[in-house]
Formats: sequence, structure tokens, C-alpha cells
Amino acid sequence: MDQDLQLVKGNEAVAEAAARAGCRYFFGYPITPQNELPAYMSWRLPELGGVYLQAESEVAAINMVYGAAGAGVRVMTSSSSPGISLKQEGISYLAGSELPCVIVNMVRGGPGLGSIQPAQSDYFQATKGGGHGDYRMVVLGPSDLQELVDLTYESFNIADRYRNPVMILGDGIMGQMMEPVRFPELLDPQTLPVKEWATTGRGGKRKENNLINSLYLDAEACWEHNQKLGEKYRQMKENETRWEILYEDAEFYFAAYGTTARIVKKALESLRQRGYSVGLVRPISLWPFPDQAFASLAEKARGYVVVEMSMGQMVEDVRLAVGSELPVEFIGTAGGVMPHPSDISDKMETLIREVGGHK
Amino acid sequence: MVNEILIAGFGGQGVMLMGQILAHAGMEQDLHVSWMPSYGPEQRGGTANCGVVISEDPVGSPVVTEPTECVVMNLPSLEKFESSVRPSGHLFVNSSLCDQEVKRDDIQVVTIPVTEEADRLGNARVANMIMLGALASCLPNLPFDAIKASLRAVLPERHHQLIPINEKALERGRELYQQQ
Repeated sequence: MDQDLQLVKGNEAVAEAAARAGCRYFFGYPITPQNELPAYMSWRLPELGGVYLQAESEVAAINMVYGAAGAGVRVMTSSSSPGISLKQEGISYLAGSELPCVIVNMVRGGPGLGSIQPAQSDYFQATKGGGHGDYRMVVLGPSDLQELVDLTYESFNIADRYRNPVMILGDGIMGQMMEPVRFPELLDPQTLPVKEWATTGRGGKRKENNLINSLYLDAEACWEHNQKLGEKYRQMKENETRWEILYEDAEFYFAAYGTTARIVKKALESLRQRGYSVGLVRPISLWPFPDQAFASLAEKARGYVVVEMSMGQMVEDVRLAVGSELPVEFIGTAGGVMPHPSDISDKMETLIREVGGHK
Repeated sequence: MVNEILIAGFGGQGVMLMGQILAHAGMEQDLHVSWMPSYGPEQRGGTANCGVVISEDPVGSPVVTEPTECVVMNLPSLEKFESSVRPSGHLFVNSSLCDQEVKRDDIQVVTIPVTEEADRLGNARVANMIMLGALASCLPNLPFDAIKASLRAVLPERHHQLIPINEKALERGRELYQQQ
């Protein structure tokens, strides 16, 4: 056996990956199904000389993240759907003030208090800006625990690179399940480049005060600020788009992300065994959305089935990417119910029959 | 080969630990594994279950709905999960707490009074390990030594003085399985 493999719960895997990435500050408020994440941080961060704090509310927690990020440290918060809604104002302020941080959403059924079971119904909120204003953030949707670990680790680099929040979009299953993972090395935050913009005091060296702020009372200045942000988002699109395609020579494709993608892979294999020419496009970055992946298949693809644990959210981005020439069908579950592989393959068989595809 | 295992019982009977030991043993055999607990508005003494998938291929859904092997440690679990077992699959019944006949005739039923057996070993709390010993005996992918090694790896160190009695319970479970 690989000696480095550990059997770990998803919530704890994110926490350890963040600690290894040099995150030493965590502010949160409990909510199912992500409680093991703050629980892990509550002993792990003090052990590493960091700070864990359970705030009095989600709103307080995200604003503590704002403060810590402003001081230039790697910082994280986590929650699940209703709690993430409460953080939206803070996320908008973080983006407006250009502060790097990592936010984890282990999505549960909604709307409102919804259920505590796994869902993907926060896709719109995560990718279209749940808070106000013209902001964007990189949203990553891992589909197994190793990818969850790797993307969490990388998300701190992305956040620092662009001085912007990054969101890890998981779900209740990903938080609760155990799978073998291998952790990257433990990074000493002292070895990270100094953030010259951080508000850590002039220390007798800097001539000017650093200012962290999202208020621009002058309209022209606010417009300039938005143009600067817009250029940053353009660079994120150019550099941070991630996806996976299975079977690049297929005629019909599933599109799915996160936990759903691994269920789709099972349906896909059973269809291929029965002679169907099917593949999978799996967006890994949900924003920026991998339009290129769909464009690369335009010559050959004859139709798509989008599968989500929602009533249909990512399907809109797939339709935008694919255009109106091809059928884009949808099958989804909601409220915390998991899609079943046989329902998924039935949907694909129906599409192939209607389009007159080959077996 | 894929084993989709469901282990169900009362909270406190150690069903989560049974599943974690199996998943760990599968990992040690370089197999793909997942472990997934039922989670809901659970309470102490309420029902709890976990699903374990052990496979030569990457695991799709970690949620087990049609188990190939199912363990029921109490009557509510038998009533809930008997119908879900895949035809020709195995159902392991804790007959100490299930005074009801299994109705299915298309599955293999293994009946073990694990509470009484555990009492006989001198510790009622190792009932789960007796059942795990029986269950592991019908999983050819998992050598018995791997189960024992995983017991040590998964059990928190503060409980390691209990490893000998737990190993004895695993072996008793294997004996009882072989007798059936």
C-alpha cells in the first residue's frame, strides 16, 4: 500500500489541506453538513500556532475573514447553503476590497432552511455573484476527495495571485464521506511572499499608508476601480479555467460536476458497454466556466444531457456554451435526493433515440 | 468486483467503526474504497447506518442503496433494509436483537446472536467486531490480517488496550460464519 494514503472524511480533508497550504486563521459558525471542518480547525490551527474562532454568526465570521485577509494572512471560512447566504455581503466587500480568502460551501438542499442532505442548488449563487456589485470569484467544484484536497491547496495560491476570494463548492456527500487521500507538504506561511499591500502598519519603512476599502464616492473613481477588477476577471478566465473530458471522440455527452459527475461516470460506463458513443464534460472551475471544453467538441458532438442535483442551473451555462444548434437536455434531483445511474442513462438513451444516433 | 456494503443498527453499536475498518482494509489492499455515513437529524439510540464501497474500479456514488452485503444489528434495521439487499447477496442478522424471520428466500442469510457471543467473550461491546469478523469472511478481497491491521489503524490510540479482545471477537465471528 501507498504509505502516504490516509482514509479521511471530506470535511477534515479540506481543513488539513488548507492548513498545509499555510492557512492559519479560520472563522466560522456551525451548520450541518460541514461541522467536522471547523471542529478539525479548532485543534489543528492552535497546534500550528494559528487562530480558530467560532464567531457569533456567519456575518461576523466573514467580516473576521475580511480583517485577517487585510492583514495579509491566509484565511478561510466554511459553511453550508443558508450560512453562505448570510456571508454574501461580506464576500462582495472582500471582492470589492481585493482581499484574498477561501470560502467553502458544502451545499445542502434549499431554498430557505431546506434539508441537510447533499445538493448542488447553490450554483447560481456561487458563480453569478450571490452578493451585490460587478464581482467575480473563481469557483472550484471537485468530484472526489483527492481533488478536493488538491484544489483546496491550490485555491489559496489563486486567491493570493488575484487578491480575490475563491470558493470551493462541495456538497453534503463530499463533506461526510471518507476516501483515501494523499496530502501535499505542510507549508510554512513565513516562506510565502510578503503582501506589500497588507495593512500591517508602516513600521517606519513605508512612506504611504496602505488602504483597504471598497468605497469610491466619486463615480469616475468607482468606474476605474471596476475596470481594474474587470481586467483581473479577464485574466482569471484566461488562466484559471479547468475541466476534464472523458472520451473526446464520442457523439453524445453528459455534462456534470462535483459528486454528480462520479455518479454520471457509472451511467456512462454502462452505456458504453452497451455500445453507445457517449462521453463526459466535467467542468472543474464552475466560474470561469469552461466554454472552451464545449467548443473543442463542436465538430463531433450531437447532443448533451446535463445532470445536476438541482432543478437546472449549470444547464444554462452549458446551453450558452453549446449554442442553439444542438439539443441540451436536463435531468436533475432536488432537496437532497441523489440522482440514480439508471435514470441518467435512460435520459441519454432517450436523447440518442430522438436524435437518431448510432449505437 | 464490487462490494457495496450497508451496515445498520442503533447509534452506539459501533456500525460506523465497522464500516471504517472495512474501508481502511480495502485501501490497504490497493482497492478503491469509500465510506459514507447516514446523516440526518440523528440522536443517540436512534438508527444509524453507513455504506462502504470496495471496488477494483473508481467508486461512483458512495451511497449504498442496493447492498451486496447488508448487516442489520437491530430489528428496525432488518425491517428497513431486508428488501434492499441485492438478489443472491448476503444479509447478516444480529439475532440477539431481531426476533423476526427473514422473509426473502433469494438471498444468503447469516444469523449470529452477537450480543450473547460477546457476553461469552466477557465484553458486550465487542458484538460489532464479532459481526465484522463474520462479514469480512465473505469478502474474498479482504484478507483477515488486513482487517486486524485496520482495527489497529482506525481505533483511537486511547482504546488500544482493547485490541486483544476485539481481535478475539473478530476471530469468533469468522468461526461462527464458517460453521453456517
